[in-house]
Amino acid sequence: MAEVKADGGASALRPRPLSPHLQVWRWHVTMLTSILHRVTGCGLYVGGLILTGWAVALASGPDAYASYMGLLGSPLGKLVLFGLTICVFFHMANGVRHLAWDIGKGFLPKTADFTAVVALAFAVAATIAVWALALLTGSV
Amino acid sequence: MAQQGYRTPLGRARGLGSAHHGVGHFIGQRASAVALLFLLLWGVWSALKLAPLGYDGTAAWLRSPLHAAPLVLLIAAGFYHVRIGAQTIIEDYVHAPLVKTASLLANTFVCYGAAVLAVLSVLSVAFSSSGVA
Repeated sequence: MAEVKADGGASALRPRPLSPHLQVWRWHVTMLTSILHRVTGCGLYVGGLILTGWAVALASGPDAYASYMGLLGSPLGKLVLFGLTICVFFHMANGVRHLAWDIGKGFLPKTADFTAVVALAFAVAATIAVWALALLTGSV
Repeated sequence: MAQQGYRTPLGRARGLGSAHHGVGHFIGQRASAVALLFLLLWGVWSALKLAPLGYDGTAAWLRSPLHAAPLVLLIAAGFYHVRIGAQTIIEDYVHAPLVKTASLLANTFVCYGAAVLAVLSVLSVAFSSSGVA
């Protein structure tokens, strides 16, 4: 097929417009939760690998398990586990929003904004609750 | 296209269209999501219980099928879900054909590899007799 320029060659003078991307959108809460769903999903990928490491250490015997748990119990380990807890609860709450959307519910902008805030609040509250429980029961 | 000019639209579509696998990922992602909703709540609760137990207590805990079964399901459903999710992200952001194929392969290998490793580790402890593991 011969190349035909519909605009009569104007595209050679001026680059074609690109589709809008992150930098031109006004930030809003549903956008934040959408991005966080991907970010926390990637975090849970790492979490799966940490769980695998735990299982391998356990299967390798008491010494390997003790050193692996020592690693998880270190300040950096606790920071990672704390982040992982946020990932679990945010991805879980936001996943429920996705399941609701899949059956056609919750698309009204007001509803979507509200459930976004609820998902964020749940993630923070559940993470604090779990770590408070861990501190109280001596798990940490 | 000239050689196909005499074929009917239906004839052209047959064998050239969907491989009928497109919806599999969609349903699988949702089914595993519902399973993980319960399995992860159980997992977080179990992690709280196991953290102070040490090796002997944890190994003893895992010898019960009521604990080993949900843990194996968590690992399987988790890596299944993670693999599809990461594949979607790779397909969205990686466009160079070779890098994309390599990334997708690496994603699959890591997920299946880690899942098998984790499940076998869990089972080897679950099937061990106390004091031997």
